[in-house]
Amino acid sequence: MAPTESPWNTLTAPLIRQNPVMLQVLGICSALAVTTSLDTALTMSISLTVVVVLAAGLISLVRRHIPNSIRLIVQIIIIASLVIVIDQCLQAWFFGLSQRLSVFVSLIATNCIVLGRTESFARSNPPLRSMLDALGSGLGYSLVLTLIGACRELFGAGRLLGMQVLPLADAGGWFTPLSLMLLAPSAFFLLGGLIWAARSLWPDQAEAPEFPPHDLREER
Amino acid sequence: MADLNPLSLWRRFLALPNDSRTKTLVVAFLVSSICAVLVTTATVMLRPIQAQNRAAEQQARLEALVAAVPGISALLEEAGDAALSTVVIDLETGAAAKSVTPETLETALADPANWTTLSATDDIAGIGSRPNYAQIYLLRSGETVRLAILPVVGSGYGGRIQALLALNGDMQTLAGLAVTEQSETPGLGARIAEAPWQQGFAGKRLFDDTGAARLAVARGPARGEHEVDGITGATRTGNAVTQMVRFWVGPKGYGSTIAALRRGDF
Repeated sequence: MAPTESPWNTLTAPLIRQNPVMLQVLGICSALAVTTSLDTALTMSISLTVVVVLAAGLISLVRRHIPNSIRLIVQIIIIASLVIVIDQCLQAWFFGLSQRLSVFVSLIATNCIVLGRTESFARSNPPLRSMLDALGSGLGYSLVLTLIGACRELFGAGRLLGMQVLPLADAGGWFTPLSLMLLAPSAFFLLGGLIWAARSLWPDQAEAPEFPPHDLREER
Repeated sequence: MADLNPLSLWRRFLALPNDSRTKTLVVAFLVSSICAVLVTTATVMLRPIQAQNRAAEQQARLEALVAAVPGISALLEEAGDAALSTVVIDLETGAAAKSVTPETLETALADPANWTTLSATDDIAGIGSRPNYAQIYLLRSGETVRLAILPVVGSGYGGRIQALLALNGDMQTLAGLAVTEQSETPGLGARIAEAPWQQGFAGKRLFDDTGAARLAVARGPARGEHEVDGITGATRTGNAVTQMVRFWVGPKGYGSTIAALRRGDF
């Protein structure tokens, strides 16, 4: 038996030390797509966190009765149903945002973080602990999305949450927006930079190289 | 004697080993039915609110667009309270449709029989098929039509482009163009959605002397009364807008409607 962690640890570990996006590099597809502005990034983060917490709780409740042979299907059905319900709620009460998030809310169902947490943690832990762990993972994902979303909106459009922060050159200010920031590649650059920064600060996050770099001296 | 008490049946079921066939089947069935009920309830309960949202959004967009057409506020003031009237037209005849009203338009367009497939030579806008009915907006002062707003659609570089084309009462010069939906490249083609570019359409002439559609988005700055400034780095988006406008004012689009408006049929 692995020694049980304190609840506080379960919650905070995925924020920085075990961040699902930065360390495990999971769920980056949606992280790239919805971060062109801060409000879509925040909505996506909240939706994902709600889904992952509820899914972890539900799956943990029935964990003793999930037959091993169909466990993945059962988990995916539960996750997908939750995602549809969330999507419908967004369309009903946050119509504008749901238009801009378009298909990415439905794609939470295929987000590796959700299935990763339910499969690796909720299936073998009691509901409260599982939900705490899921909340931590959701918040870790949210943290990265918020950072990237803020960067991209600030430098791509000079705005934050739709409010003009940097005066645009078009409107008589000094700031020329970087259009690159609104394109998908910039999210890769930012995410790469973020991972590099995190692994320089906490060197234990860096993975051992799988292949040793080619040694040139031997070739002579 | 079999024990038929549901509670003890349930207990016996839970006590079954997880990998037994019965338990696998029953768990799969239960999970999917519970999820189905959950999803159905959410969808059915929230549908009215969603439909309301969609209708409100469409109305708001139309109002914003009409207000965005340059010079329209002056026209609206001139026209007094004679607001915009909505007409569903039959694109074949160019006259007002008899059987379809704005309320029933959506139902009519859900029927594939009310769509016409375009041949490759006709389909310069790349849209494949076009509806037989379209909803247009007319602004009158007295009996004369001062402004006609025609919704158009075309296929751009990144996806569909939807726009509203506003024609002055002479049915020759443009009052403006407003892009309502596009998915062009941000920073390049997506600039067609920006007001400064759209303002370039005001006052441009649509047709040449023979009556053929001549308006074009130029490569580079506009030359002459038939051209609109191009956007650097968005040649294909510009071409798409050109083709879209030319298709919709042409014979397969609103050509017959524009002719009818010229004759003063509306």
